[in-house]
Amino acid sequence: MSLAVVVPPVDLAPRTRSYEPEAFIEPTARDEEWKFSAFNRLKHFFVPDPNAGVVRASGDGVQMRPITSIASSWIPTDMAAAVARANVREGGVLEIPAQAEIIEPIVVDLTTSSAQAYQHLEIVAGSFSSAVVVIRQTLTSEISGSTVITVGDHARLTVITIIEGEKSTALVLQLPVTLGRDAQFTGALAAIGGGAVRIQNSVTYAAPGGSAELLGVFLADTGQHIEQRIFVNHDQPHCKSNVMFKGALLNAEARSVWIGDVLVRKEAIGTDTHQVNRNLLLSDGARADSVPNLELETGDIVKAGHASATGRFDDEQVFYLQSRGIPLDVARQLVVRGFFAEVLGRVGNVEWREELLSKISSRLGIESFGDSDE
Amino acid sequence: MSSLLITDLHAQVETDQGPKDILKGVTLKIESGRTYAIMGPNGSGKSTLAYVIAGHPRYTVTSGSITLDGVDVLSMSVDERARAGLFLAMQYPVEVPGVSVANFLRTAVTAVRGEAPKLRLWIKEMKEAMAAIQMDPSFAERNLNEGFSGGEKKRLEILQLGLLRPKIAVLDETDSGLDVDALRVVSEGVNRFRDETGAGTLLITHYTRILRYIKPDVVHVFAEGRIVETGGPELAEILESEGYERFTTVKS
Repeated sequence: MSLAVVVPPVDLAPRTRSYEPEAFIEPTARDEEWKFSAFNRLKHFFVPDPNAGVVRASGDGVQMRPITSIASSWIPTDMAAAVARANVREGGVLEIPAQAEIIEPIVVDLTTSSAQAYQHLEIVAGSFSSAVVVIRQTLTSEISGSTVITVGDHARLTVITIIEGEKSTALVLQLPVTLGRDAQFTGALAAIGGGAVRIQNSVTYAAPGGSAELLGVFLADTGQHIEQRIFVNHDQPHCKSNVMFKGALLNAEARSVWIGDVLVRKEAIGTDTHQVNRNLLLSDGARADSVPNLELETGDIVKAGHASATGRFDDEQVFYLQSRGIPLDVARQLVVRGFFAEVLGRVGNVEWREELLSKISSRLGIESFGDSDE
Repeated sequence: MSSLLITDLHAQVETDQGPKDILKGVTLKIESGRTYAIMGPNGSGKSTLAYVIAGHPRYTVTSGSITLDGVDVLSMSVDERARAGLFLAMQYPVEVPGVSVANFLRTAVTAVRGEAPKLRLWIKEMKEAMAAIQMDPSFAERNLNEGFSGGEKKRLEILQLGLLRPKIAVLDETDSGLDVDALRVVSEGVNRFRDETGAGTLLITHYTRILRYIKPDVVHVFAEGRIVETGGPELAEILESEGYERFTTVKS
């Protein structure tokens, strides 16, 4: 069942930021940051693995470089990230040149053959550029690391991240996004597979006028623990953020966690922010934790809102569809697909939107039903 | 020729205070080519009868039978009943977010007809069906019933009736919430369906208003969970002038 969780507002104290794992106190399962996590399946990421390999990034224009040669503005904010950063030997770099208008999506595949691997992927969109990047990662092992995204001044960047894979796997991913002046970012995060998955998706604004849309869909089945933590730090004036995550829990023992922290600092006048998380429980015994937090340090904003709801399947919807001859499994499919359509409809790239819908459908058990009429 | 036979049907609903009997021995026959009206006061169980015929999971049949051309309906799932030729136009059609009207209609038609209609023919058929019910073609791309007015929802029900062409149609309070123009459009849709298919039609209604547009052959009065009187169209006129009082006050 779902639990409405009440937690104190986010801690406003500056977080520890360091490349040194020793700078952090090793977390425990009781820590606020980790108490919703699949802690026992993730805690080994706090200890460096000398045998760990590297996640390789491949795709048009993507280079693997020694980590020491990668300039990154991002500094790890927790121990797992610091351990990964300190031990990853190489990272992938994708640079979109300033003013480049790239029409075709750039597909980046992340792979490794190691039983445990560290990841660093750096995506930099130059000023006034425009691009769509699709990151595909099918988990086969234990991965810890980061995908660091920087959107230059006036750039428009869409990043679609698709995570699939076996239930025996684990992923701890930091996904920090920094927006320049008037930059626009759309992130679509699809956690469709994997075992214990913990993604921290943060947004910071380096200058005024940035706009970030964070979209997410996730499916959790028995044996999966999908955790997404959003942190939007509004510390520049006239920026926007719009967060919409939807999840479906397919079976008993499925587990999802969604924590959405939005902080509007005193200087962030004219902020426009909204976040919503909706979860659909398709089975008794599934559990979805959903904790939206909104912290306002200024009232001089355009608007700020948040919402969270976790519900069961709507039997009336299923009955209605069935009463028109549509078999039960197809009716349920339609309802679930419809549930996700609201968020996927915002993914501007039609081809990849359809790809995500079809991946979700196939995870739900039916390859396709009827033809798309669109 | 088809006939839906309902015999001594008893059904109950689960409430906080335990099971509550709603249908208390309904016996009714609906045959092809004929139109029946069930009229009754609010709370008499008319809508429950409609839902029980369609197989809504909220209701439990405790005794009696429903057969369609001799085949047991009660053992069928909701979708099997629809594929067997039953249709319920609902009083409150359900909103299904994220599912377009076009996708829904095609999925339903594919299920009921047993094969997907050819895409080109299908688009033409859907457009014609929408035009016949005076529904703007843009509704095809909208989410099913989402944000529809009461009248728009009812029109879409009748549009489905025309596309799915059931053997027996049950229309539950289809006239409620319709202005006169919408009532005429909807009624014409029902009459067209009746004339073209020769199906049997059961109108469930509180008021006689819709019966001016859709002429019934038989009128049943429903009260306290069963049919208490049966007559011709003239019975509706009597109810119009006298109301349901004499049927609701007979008990204790």
